[in-house]
Amino acid sequence: MATPAFPTSFVPGPLWGNGPTPGQVYNFPGAATAPDQWGTQRTLNPSVTTTSVLAVKYKDGVVMAADMLGSYGSLARYRNCPRLQKINDKTILGCSGDYADFQFLSNIINQRVVEEECLNDGFSYTPPGLHSWLTRVMYNRRSQFNPLWNTYLVGGIHQEKPFLGYVDKIGIAYEADTIATGFGAYLALPILRDAVEKNKKMEEKQAVELIDRCMKLLFYRDARSLNKYQVAVVTKKGSEIRGPIVSEANWEIAHMVKGYE
Amino acid sequence: MFRNQYDNDVTIWSPQGRIHQLEYAMEAVKQGSAAVGIKSKTHAILIALKRAPSELSAHQKKILPIDDHVAVAIAGLTADARLLCNFMRSECLDSRWAYDQALPISRLVSMVGNKSQIPTQRYGRRPFGVGLLIAGYDSAGPHIYQTCPSANYYDCKAMAIGARSQSARTYLEKYLDTFAECSLEELVKHGLRALRDTLPSEMNLNTKNCSLGIVSVDMKFKIYDDEKVASYLALIEGEERSTAAPDGEEGDAAAPATRTDLQPPVPVSAAADGEEGMES
Repeated sequence: MATPAFPTSFVPGPLWGNGPTPGQVYNFPGAATAPDQWGTQRTLNPSVTTTSVLAVKYKDGVVMAADMLGSYGSLARYRNCPRLQKINDKTILGCSGDYADFQFLSNIINQRVVEEECLNDGFSYTPPGLHSWLTRVMYNRRSQFNPLWNTYLVGGIHQEKPFLGYVDKIGIAYEADTIATGFGAYLALPILRDAVEKNKKMEEKQAVELIDRCMKLLFYRDARSLNKYQVAVVTKKGSEIRGPIVSEANWEIAHMVKGYE
Repeated sequence: MFRNQYDNDVTIWSPQGRIHQLEYAMEAVKQGSAAVGIKSKTHAILIALKRAPSELSAHQKKILPIDDHVAVAIAGLTADARLLCNFMRSECLDSRWAYDQALPISRLVSMVGNKSQIPTQRYGRRPFGVGLLIAGYDSAGPHIYQTCPSANYYDCKAMAIGARSQSARTYLEKYLDTFAECSLEELVKHGLRALRDTLPSEMNLNTKNCSLGIVSVDMKFKIYDDEKVASYLALIEGEERSTAAPDGEEGDAAAPATRTDLQPPVPVSAAADGEEGMES
């Protein structure tokens, strides 16, 4: 038998090397086109956090206070985290929870305030307007299963009357005469409510003293707090952020606390 | 076919520095029936003359509600007006949804201005053929704004647009200084008199052809039609017409052939041809 002129089976060599192969999925270098085996993960817990914000309405305004500690878990990591913000002469904002999320939203709010000022039409963010907008943002983020891990308090003057509103990370929102977030809701809120109930026409001086007392109390009892804090006051005359204020602490009797070791 | 060689498209300048297509669009506003807006320190009102394209049809709406605090009176192409109204309603609702607050009138009007500007600068598009009188109340008080197909808008104390509206403006100018302190009743009377001055002598305002809208701080925008305007019409019944001569209006004298608006309701056959019926 003569040898066939051609081999009986022909396997073509590769068309080219070091590139995409015809008929095969090609993954571009540096791009993750294939989904992760576990899908994407949202933030499951906040990292650098801040603790309570306290706020109280008084006769002709709102007082708000928050300390300046940024905790990394139980570590007192940063001691200079301002989280009270002046939005305009009639509106202030306070935030507790994840500090990065606050910085993110704070940047957006500042940009919006600047853009609104550029319109120069005499209208600006009102406290209920900002409160409503924050509610939409927070609820929208929670609906995407990606909440901003914060609780916000909006204070201000609207139509000559004090305004104080609360929004949390799932979009729950309400207005009240006294509000405290985080640990303050357990430790300071009863004291604030009691004081306001006993003195419905509170003056600014009394309101600030009340808030100072509560901040000191929180420093003693909330392990994630600091005795350095800011106070924001908004009245018809305008809004300002005071501080940092450092409250004097006295730990002389601390050694008598027993049973928590 | 063309009035000149520079009016083919809205993007073409004439050597005189004019955009003829825009000017033609402005003329469309003058074809629509008249509308008057006036404000005092407390109220803003709209009064408009309604037209029926034929005796068989009802009168066209002239005052369209936008939100609780704002409404517009239209002159020009009704279909364009409805589109703008839709846009304005949606913007007002957005504001209420996001900020739980009524949209300031000045912002609403500037949005309409921005929207109207786009087709004045793109080839192949046409400007809106409608003028609006926007009346509203916000935290800065009552407002009357006028918008044009040219995307200009004006903040007004009082204004009239539409066919023969020069007569109404002449009336408004005469009493301009009194409007701020007017009571609502006085304001409505001024508005009705101004609107009546736009009518030819053989026509008069009646419950069928007159529409009234009122807004104030404690009153959501309310529109009165048909029998509900009767009590307001009674306020000026029997009064002598203002002596303001109906002639002298720019545009009208130049095109007397298009003065269909002067005639009482046209018979069906006449309305069927031409482009009548698109404007109101």
